[in-house]
This record gives sequence, structure tokens and C-alpha cells, in this order.
Amino acid sequence: MSSLARTRSVACVVAWRGIHNAFTSPALLLPSVLFPLFFFIAFAGGLSGVQNAPNFDFPSGYSSFQFAFVCVQASAFGGVFTGFSIASDFEFGFARRLLLAAPHRGGIVIGYMLSAMARAVFVLSVVLLAGLVSGMRVDGSPGDMLALLALALATSATATLWAAGIAMRLRTMQAGPVMQMPVFIALFLAPVYVPLDLIAGWVHDVARYNPFTALLESARGFVSGEPTKIAITSACLVGMFALTALWARGGLRSAERAG
Amino acid sequence: MTAAALASGGTFDQVGLLAGRAVRRVIRQPAQIVFPIAFPLVLLAVNASGLDAATKLPGFPSADYLDFALAVPFMQGALFAALNGGQDLARDIQGGFLDRLALTPISGAALLAGQLGGALFMGVVSAVLYLLVGLALGVGIAAGVAGALVLLVLAVCISFAFACFGMLVALRAGTGEAVQGFFPLFFVLLFLSSAFFPRDLIEQDWFAAVATYNPVSYMVEGLRSLVITGWDGEALAYAFAISAIAVVCFLVLSSRALRTRLTRT
Repeated sequence: MSSLARTRSVACVVAWRGIHNAFTSPALLLPSVLFPLFFFIAFAGGLSGVQNAPNFDFPSGYSSFQFAFVCVQASAFGGVFTGFSIASDFEFGFARRLLLAAPHRGGIVIGYMLSAMARAVFVLSVVLLAGLVSGMRVDGSPGDMLALLALALATSATATLWAAGIAMRLRTMQAGPVMQMPVFIALFLAPVYVPLDLIAGWVHDVARYNPFTALLESARGFVSGEPTKIAITSACLVGMFALTALWARGGLRSAERAG
Repeated sequence: MTAAALASGGTFDQVGLLAGRAVRRVIRQPAQIVFPIAFPLVLLAVNASGLDAATKLPGFPSADYLDFALAVPFMQGALFAALNGGQDLARDIQGGFLDRLALTPISGAALLAGQLGGALFMGVVSAVLYLLVGLALGVGIAAGVAGALVLLVLAVCISFAFACFGMLVALRAGTGEAVQGFFPLFFVLLFLSSAFFPRDLIEQDWFAAVATYNPVSYMVEGLRSLVITGWDGEALAYAFAISAIAVVCFLVLSSRALRTRLTRT
């Protein structure tokens, strides 16, 4: 069996286990569905008046504006929740047995990543359904929506690699806030409530250089049928993916050394 | 703390001993202090910039979103105090400390009041800090110095009300996981209120209705009125009344839950 086939075999098994666990355990699945739904309801419902502010220009409406944010947020947090599962696997000893059994350990990380992406597809479907039921406008074409899905999946993969790097280094569930807080802060230092131009103060300066800003603006472009900043977003995603992949690889080496 | 010390003192001494223990436990866990204080401040900074455009809307009650949003950290601080207080009590139940206390002559009222000491301490510390940070960032308290003091009193009352709820959950469920499980509910209550946007400017009718029936809206509006309006008797009366009702209800229910738990053991 070639190295690639061994990696694929390990990745498929780990992914299947992750998907099976997620979809058969409501305690795992519910938070990753309820949190994005809740954010969507709270922001699109409670803050919709913000769209009447001067210079707020998003013709598809505030629900669509927030839907794009929730897509990115749900994908990123899905990755973080997968990090919790990895940490839990280490706490209960399963991950160590997995490290011993796997012929190619890189496949373990890929498997976790695939399971996070599968969960993201499910969560995004639920949020989209909720949005459509509540009357959200989607002006993007099916192609735009597929591009949005690709963006969300890439975000999910990147966040999983970030969380996996931490989970495999610290190997305890207590590392949860360390995985979650940087992602939360990075997300909220992007244009969450209003377009970038309307953000005031230092957050505007931070948001200008925050890669999540490009992701959010692209996502909103896909929802409104006016794709924008594709090149910058792609570059950001490739860069973030490469960095977090290296980070996760370091984590895997750390876990291997720990035995 | 010994059984003899608990036995020899009156109710106030017993409360003091237990409250002192609860406060020391909070102080010895920096994570219980830093995160509950820092997180609301980070969110305040982000929201103040992100939602500043909303202040340009006709009818928005303040010129700066920071003034409008300063009430929110007080609420979030109260939620974290409730969560941590509840978890500490749940740990006492799981570790058998409550059972050992039950063998001493301590009264139920002293036990409940003492357990709330840590949460109350966090409520006071975080409220003072949020007020100082707000003032440092240029927020003016429309009700003046006396208003700032009332703001602190109201914030502590709200913290106390939430802490009583955290205690009730801990006594009923007896596990830290159950208390953690209620945390999202606290946040749902906060986000589905008028914490981030004035009720009369909320466009979605269903959200406005939920915010109107959500008691958290009135707590936030009471705190906010002192910052942006001045002395608003109605807003303050609602906020204090709801906090007081919550304290009484949750204390009565907690007292029953404690009796049931001690009978069970």
C-alpha cells in the first residue's frame, strides 16, 4: 500500500468516526448547530435597524448580511469544536491508541479535518434553511453559493488545523478556551455588524488587516450575487491554511514525542 | 474552617466563615477573575466600534455607542459570577463538602448566604472595574456621582440575582456540567434583550416582543438609564423590582432545593 493510500485509509476511518460520533451524540452536534442559529437570530433580528444607518449599503438586506457572517463563524467554530473532540480523545486515551495503530499519522489530522467539514455542511444547511424560512434574500447564483460553501469549508479546515495544533500539544479539555478565544476575537475584530467603512476607532484599523475581513466581504459578495475580493480571500485562505497546517504538524510531533 | 468554629458562632459568624471561604476560593483561581472581567471588556470595545454607526439613526438615545453599551459588561459580569458561583457550589456538592457541612449545626440560611459570598465579591469587583474603565474611556454618567453609586448598587443586585439562579441550578442538579449547560441560556437571555439595540428601534416585531417580555431588557435599561438619561424613576424601579423578585424567588427555591438535597443525603 502506497503512502498516499495509507494516509487516505487512516483519514477516512478517523473522519467516519468523527462524523458518526457527531451525528449520534446530540451533546456534540447541538452546540455547533444552536450557536450559529442563535447568532443569526440575535443579530439579524435584533440589530436589523443598523441597515438604516447612513452609508450602509447592502441591497440584499441585513439578514443576508448576517447570514454571510454566520457561515464563516459556524465553519470556524465547527473547527474549534472538533479541536475539543481531539483533546477529549487524548484525555480518554483513545488518541494515543490511534497514534499507535495508524500507519501514517498525518491521516489522523486530515480525518479530523474532514469530519469538521462534514459537520460544517450540515450546520450551514440548517442555517440556510432557517434564513430562507425567515424570508432572507439570496441574490447570488447557485455558483456563488457553491463558492460560499467552498469558502466556508476552507475556513472550517483552517480552524480545525489551528485547534488540532493546540489540542495535540496540550492534550487536555482544559485547553478549550485557548482554542476558542483567539478565533472568537479574530472573528469579532472583523466587520461583523456593519461594512468595514462604517466601523469606528481602532477596531477599523485592526479589521483592515484582519484576514477574516476579506473572508466576510467575499462571503457577503457571494450572498448578494456580487463576488468581491476573490483573489485576496483566496490568498488569505491559502496562507492561513499553510500556517495552521504547519502548526498542526508541530502538534502531531509533540503528541508523538509525548507517547 | 472547623466544625467547632461553625458551631460556636451565630448565624452571622457562620455566614462570614463560609463567605470568606467562597471569596478566598475565587481569589485563588485567577481564571475565575481574569476571564469574567476581561471578556466583557473586549466585547464592549469591539461592539462600541462595530455598532457606532447605529448612533446616526434617528431616535438613537446616545451620541456614542460606548455610552449605550456600557450597561452590557455589568450584565455579562453578573452572568459569569453566577456561572462560577454555581460551579463552586456544585463542586462542593460533588466533593462531599456540603454533606460534611450538613453534619455541623450550621443553619440553612447561613449556608446559602455564605455560598453566595464568592459570587457577590466578584459582582462588586467587576462592577467597580467596569465603571472605572467606562469613566477612563470617556463615558459620562448622566445621573452624576450619586447615579454612579446607584449604578454600582443595581449592578451588584443584578449579580446577586443571577448568583441565586446559579446556586439554584447547582443545588438542583448537583453537577458542574449542569451549571455549565445553563450558561448558553444566560447568553440567549442577554442577546434576545435590548442590550445591544434600543427596543423602539428594533425592526423585527417578533424580536421586539421577545425583548419586551425578557426581564433582562429591564435590568439593562435600568443600568443604562443612569448613564445616558439621568434619573429615570420608571427604568430604575423596573430594574430594582425585577432583581428583587428574582432574588426572592431563587432564594426560596434554593432553600427548598437545599432541604431536599440534605434530606437525600
